[in-house]
Amino acid sequence: MAMLQTDTLTIGYRPHRRPAHIVSEKLDLTLEAGQLICLLGPNGAGKSTLMRTLAGMQPPLGGRVRLGGDDIASLPSRTVAKRLSIVLTERIDAGLLSAYALVALGRYPYTDWRGRLTAADETIVQNAIDAVGARPLAHRPVSQLSDGERQKIMIARALAQQPDVILLDEPTAYLDLPRRVEIMQILRRLAHDDGRAILLSTHDLHLAMRSADAIWLLANGKLHIGAPEDLVLNGAFAAAFAGEGVTFDPMSGSFHVAHAHRGSIAVVGDGVRAVWTARALERVGFQVDAAAPLRVICHPTTWEYGTAEYRSLAHLTKHL
Amino acid sequence: MNTTTNEHTHWPRLALRPYRLLLLIGLLLLTFTLSLSLGSVNIPFADVITILTGGEPAKATWSVIILKIRLPRAITAVLAGAALAISGLQMQTLFRNPLAGPFVLGISSGASLGVALVVLSVSTAAGGLLASLGFLGNIGIVLAATLGSAFVLIAVMLVAHRVNNMTLLILGLLFGYATSAIVSILLYFAIAERIQAYIAWTFGSFGGVTWGQLQVLIPVILFALSIAWLSAKPLNALLLGEAYARSLGLTIRRARWLILVSASMLAGAITAYCGPIGFVGVAVPHLCRSLFNTSDHRVLVPGTILIGSVVALTADLVAQLPGSDTVLPLNAVTSLLGAPIVAWVILRQRNLRASFGG
Repeated sequence: MAMLQTDTLTIGYRPHRRPAHIVSEKLDLTLEAGQLICLLGPNGAGKSTLMRTLAGMQPPLGGRVRLGGDDIASLPSRTVAKRLSIVLTERIDAGLLSAYALVALGRYPYTDWRGRLTAADETIVQNAIDAVGARPLAHRPVSQLSDGERQKIMIARALAQQPDVILLDEPTAYLDLPRRVEIMQILRRLAHDDGRAILLSTHDLHLAMRSADAIWLLANGKLHIGAPEDLVLNGAFAAAFAGEGVTFDPMSGSFHVAHAHRGSIAVVGDGVRAVWTARALERVGFQVDAAAPLRVICHPTTWEYGTAEYRSLAHLTKHL
Repeated sequence: MNTTTNEHTHWPRLALRPYRLLLLIGLLLLTFTLSLSLGSVNIPFADVITILTGGEPAKATWSVIILKIRLPRAITAVLAGAALAISGLQMQTLFRNPLAGPFVLGISSGASLGVALVVLSVSTAAGGLLASLGFLGNIGIVLAATLGSAFVLIAVMLVAHRVNNMTLLILGLLFGYATSAIVSILLYFAIAERIQAYIAWTFGSFGGVTWGQLQVLIPVILFALSIAWLSAKPLNALLLGEAYARSLGLTIRRARWLILVSASMLAGAITAYCGPIGFVGVAVPHLCRSLFNTSDHRVLVPGTILIGSVVALTADLVAQLPGSDTVLPLNAVTSLLGAPIVAWVILRQRNLRASFGG
């Protein structure tokens, strides 16, 4: 079921007394229930503009965004809040609020003018906290939470709004790798098990390609949509991130920094040691080529180059 | 996994803290009664009760002192403390700034400009026409201060929906500089006794408000306080910042308007009648957050009203120097008493940012 749709949407800015700046146009997007979609794209491609427009926080330059079938611009903000919630990159300083009180703010669109929580509201808050596995954090002041814990609480807060759609703007930006994987797991579960439609923007290509049901790749005003693997195979990734001194390697699905070329070198050996030796040589600007006359030989504990032996790759790369 | 231990975890409770509120209500009653019985003449507690219930006290003059002077004064102090503190709370949360207070938008600058224009610029000839400083000293000053703060209030409202919060704050600051420049020019050319009258106004006082004026002040303050009560829920959403607040369904424009109207009305009305009373508005919200250990405005609004009233009554009591005929400037007392208290609270908390959500 389509939770969020756009009809020939044009996104961009309309600066005061100047012509509109179009980021991307004629977008027909669909966010289905049970889907986790990652929005990727280079800096400045307009990911945030798209997110804000989809959330109804910024008016489109053309076309419209439909939330559960209704034009988002025509819905009262309270109704929007019951159908769509957001998690932003900015770190919030919620003052002397406990994590529990912060999640309870997610009930805002449902409570009366004084903001009183009913027993049903409290149950929903508690379920939201449990859904992200944050029960041990409930009593803690938000100001004392780590970035990862805080992000979990912000996701729980978004859940407490009981939305059909959750939009997350770089939710993993400040997190270390294990925390990023954990957040992604939580989001996948929320999408697949609870049937929510989740869209998140990220710079983490690897994680996005391993977790997302589909990728929206925004670059140069064009939005490419597809399974992660399709976008690799049809060259969309390579095109999106072309230039800027990096190249996309479709074999590994990662980026290579284009270094000054220092010639070809061969790596003799196999297994993990050979792989990482090749990586080290590439990093310092060599092209690894089995037919090259220069050779680095991998021994069980050392490396041999020319007539010398080296104890470590740091040692080796320094003397090359 | 460890669901069994989780089952025993109690969820936090988000209720008011009724005991602390009751304690504050008790403190308010105590300071209110003290401010009726203490002063240049100390009146026994029993006689205060007798007078308030319409009986005959031991001395007839006591009745006049209580009903004509101390009761309106104490009521004014309660209103002023509550009003300034709530205004400060709203400004701190709206602008996400712990230094914000009732006067950041230039309300007191507007009022002082109004008063300065009336008190200082009236030529000696016109001053003769106005007969006495007694006239200027009360109704004229209240009128001038009201007009001055109303002018700023309207200007803020007109500008508010076009600019963001930071711009509004800077505009308020600039307006303050401009008015103090005009006031210094007026002071430079004014005659000594007018300067003294102006300076006296800047000291602040709860004493000048009559029963007749209270008939205006009470409804205005109660009206603005009830708007503030309505703003508790929006203020909670604003703790998360405007983007999140909007995503929760808050109509930012309406909420901001509501908050600015009530905060400015509170600050403006009190400044008009009592002069620019500093410190209470900035300090009390911090005291309240610290006492209740929360940023939840459903707790902070009633808490701040009570603490504000208690602080204002206490400051006025100290300024009276009970038992003596000397009266200290109220503004000096609020700052002298308040600064160390707030410093202590902030140092104890170690993290001001965390305490208000900025």
